[in-house]
Amino acid sequence: MDFPILTTMMLVPLAGAILCLFVGNQGDGAPARGIALASTLATFALGILLWVNYDIGGAQWQFQESYDLFAGFSYALGIDGISLMLIMLSVFLMPICILASWEAITKRVGEYMAAFLFMEVLMIGTFAAQDLFLFYIFFEAGLIPMYLIIGVWGGDNRIYASYKFFLYTLLGSVLMLVAMFWMTATAGTSDIPTLMEYPFPEGAQMWLWLAFFASFAVKVPMWPFHTWLPDAHVQAPTAGSVILAGVLLKLGGYGFIRFSLPMFPEASAEFAWLVFILSMIAVIYTSLVALVQADMKKLIAYSSVAHMAIVTVGLFAFNVQGLEGAMLIMLSHGLVSGALFLCVGVIYDRLHTREIERYGGLSINMPYYAIFFLLFTMASIGLPGTSGFVGEFLSLAGIYQTSSLVALICTTGIILGAAYMLYLYRRVAFGAQTNEDAAAMSDIRPREWAMMVPIAAVVLWMGVYPESFLAPMREDIRVLNAQIADAAPASDAELAAGTPRDGMANAIEHDGEGAH
Amino acid sequence: MDFPASFALIAPELILTASGLMLLLVCAWRGDKMARPVAILAAAALFGAGFMLVPGLHFGTGPDTYAFGTLIKVDGFALFAKALIYLAAIGCLMIAPAFFNSEAAGSEKGLRAEYSVLVLFAVLGMSIMVSAADFITLYLGLELNSLAAYVLASILRQDQRSAEAGLKYFVLGALASGILLYGISLLYGFTGGTDFVSVRAGLEGDLSTGQLFGLIFVMAGLAFKIAAVPFHMWTPDVYEGAPTPVTAFFSTAPKVAAVALTARVVFEVFGGQVLAWQQIVMFAALASIVFGALGAIGQENLKRLLAYSSINNIGFILLGLAVANADGASAMLVYLFIYVVMSLGSFVALLMLRSEDGHLYETFGDIRGLATTRPVIAWSLLVLMFSLAGIPPLLGFFSKFVIFKATVEAGLVAFAAIAIAASVIGAFYYIKFVKVMFFDDAVDVVKGKSGNSHWALLILTALIVSPLGYLMTQSLTDLADKAAAALFVAV
Repeated sequence: MDFPILTTMMLVPLAGAILCLFVGNQGDGAPARGIALASTLATFALGILLWVNYDIGGAQWQFQESYDLFAGFSYALGIDGISLMLIMLSVFLMPICILASWEAITKRVGEYMAAFLFMEVLMIGTFAAQDLFLFYIFFEAGLIPMYLIIGVWGGDNRIYASYKFFLYTLLGSVLMLVAMFWMTATAGTSDIPTLMEYPFPEGAQMWLWLAFFASFAVKVPMWPFHTWLPDAHVQAPTAGSVILAGVLLKLGGYGFIRFSLPMFPEASAEFAWLVFILSMIAVIYTSLVALVQADMKKLIAYSSVAHMAIVTVGLFAFNVQGLEGAMLIMLSHGLVSGALFLCVGVIYDRLHTREIERYGGLSINMPYYAIFFLLFTMASIGLPGTSGFVGEFLSLAGIYQTSSLVALICTTGIILGAAYMLYLYRRVAFGAQTNEDAAAMSDIRPREWAMMVPIAAVVLWMGVYPESFLAPMREDIRVLNAQIADAAPASDAELAAGTPRDGMANAIEHDGEGAH
Repeated sequence: MDFPASFALIAPELILTASGLMLLLVCAWRGDKMARPVAILAAAALFGAGFMLVPGLHFGTGPDTYAFGTLIKVDGFALFAKALIYLAAIGCLMIAPAFFNSEAAGSEKGLRAEYSVLVLFAVLGMSIMVSAADFITLYLGLELNSLAAYVLASILRQDQRSAEAGLKYFVLGALASGILLYGISLLYGFTGGTDFVSVRAGLEGDLSTGQLFGLIFVMAGLAFKIAAVPFHMWTPDVYEGAPTPVTAFFSTAPKVAAVALTARVVFEVFGGQVLAWQQIVMFAALASIVFGALGAIGQENLKRLLAYSSINNIGFILLGLAVANADGASAMLVYLFIYVVMSLGSFVALLMLRSEDGHLYETFGDIRGLATTRPVIAWSLLVLMFSLAGIPPLLGFFSKFVIFKATVEAGLVAFAAIAIAASVIGAFYYIKFVKVMFFDDAVDVVKGKSGNSHWALLILTALIVSPLGYLMTQSLTDLADKAAAALFVAV
């Protein structure tokens, strides 16, 4: 296809963002909201077009565009199935985010919407970039709008959270930049598809891997680099949390699957133990921390850390199930944690508190809300039939082939996940209506239906028929797996073939005739 | 010696000299009421001088770049630096009248005619500095520039801060000149020449102690002029005390000249002794990055903060110098260009922070919540600050990009890693700007109107550092590559 659809998908929200900036707060922000919704919906429509036209099983890189615009790096875009899915996730969540901010944001609406639309441009760019430095630019540029979103429209402690978010992630990524320079100097190109096949010397791979790890581990975030996340989540406005959990955390996972694994397979195998240990700690530790949270957003934030740990475990399992599972968890977690933040946002908009104690018995006065909340809670736990199950099952099946111990501990995390989510749900939706103001809250309105229904539908779709989402990625994951297979670390689950016994398998041994 | 050819080579300097002298006479006879025409004519002279550079920049210089024997060398490198200096000086002339004609100038309201002439002479000095091929020419240019600069710093004679800034600048500048001169005399004594070629020839082989001392004294003197750590102490005081348009001038044009001069000296004179100076430059670079960033953190005064920011930026520029090859020099020039744009833009933005009656605001407390009261200034400052911090997709990232690329490609990976990690400290105070303007509640004191020249420069610089600026990176790196190559071709 000659039509530069990826560039168009970035130009549409960009134009919307600039318009929003100029419209500002006129008419109490109504025009800015309209522009933002229209441009995100248009981008989503383009995204559907992209998916429909994506040739499953065709060329590895499709919709490629390349223009010689800059010195030092090139403007090259293109996607494979993995990028396609993550782009779809971003453009799908974006209109919902705009809807979530429809009434909650009343000050400086134009700037707010512009920040979100810039964010969308950058996210699409990150997933579509085919040049190492173009990727870095998009990856890092997301700091600016997110810093503003947290800092201007966040909660009480927003300044601390925004500084922490900014400096933490910046420190993580600058080292990656140095590694990138080294890679391009060695390989002579900054083209990502070429670099994915370039054999870097093993000794250098270690350093490069660590430099990339510094960046992605902060983004994912992995324990102990996760501390920025609860602060940022809690202080960000609802839609900010949705984008943070839904898409920004996926940048880390995407980085591992796009850079660390294919470019440094030997180093990845060498450091797999590190990833496993950090992930195991994360699963257990953050789940326990989530269990005792009094703040709903913080609880979900910690649960994100735990879920993302299962992603990293799956990624470094070095087999197809693990990789497919990791990708599916990323998609599913993007939807589910986004939806959970929306659920918190719905009641936060009514009562202006995130404290779990202030709610209770919501299923009585908000039955429809309770149904959606329940669905997303179950999806977060990983109930079969929801999207969460497929990914977690595949991921754990993958890691079980590599290490039984890691699989055992990570599965414990699933149980703990059920504990803290069900406990949260019981305290918020079930039980007696102890708080009068909470009992007086009205059920969800049409705008909130419009936010919940699409996510709920996709969550069920992904749970019942994940093939739709796996099909575009299958070939890419197979290629990736073939690439890293040589480096795969030893697994403790190899079946050892013993010597077959003589005689029939069901033969019963007799001591002799007549000896009773 | 071919005089006509030599004069043709120094045509821009001749234009500047002639117009400077003529305008000086105009000032002497007609006084301050001619201030505005003088400023316009001075800008025109700079523009004319800049125009003379275009053929050389575009088509490359001829084979014969030396003028007056080996006193002056007009190569591609000099042309690039001059173009940048003239542009920066024109910008600084544009923003001055609105400042001096307002209440911000205190009891001495009204632009003085000699201001523009002083700028012209300072630029002439810089012009000579960057094309010096002999230590004597170098010193002449440097002193012409410095003397004009001392007067400019204290041009508000009644203002105590301005006078103090001028005095401090003078005393410390004289000390630096002394150190430099001492280094030059040592080099002359131990090599027997003052022109760059013979000094370089004299430095071949193992350095004697005297030669090494000469080298170090020259480097120290130059470090003083570019305000690199550990010779940076004067910068915050001078920047804070000098009138803001003068500060804007100090942080742009003379910086370019001093950096270009340093580059020429280290490559053309000490080019055979890279190991002798590389460590010094590396240390100065890292120390400038770290101290510039740490010093800025506690500042409340915006001008002082930008002074530390300039120290921090010099660190990155020196990083390119420490690489000691043509790539590094080219990266340094790209960085210089982008730095000049960002620095000019930031100071113009500071000049626009005025109260209703024209007083200037210059602390963080005054710009609280600027985003709601003066959104255009605030957004421009946001773009400039994120750009200074080197956050993509702004052009400031590209400047760091080329510098670190050159550093890593030269094999100085660990050095680059330390420097880039230190740059995160710098990000802290740049984002404080944004925090104060965007997150805090508005104090709404910035109400004064600003002139068209301010708006034009602010918007222009903000557009250049915005992602749109990337579209010009190809031609910029092309020019810088050519200029840097000139530095190495002669060797």
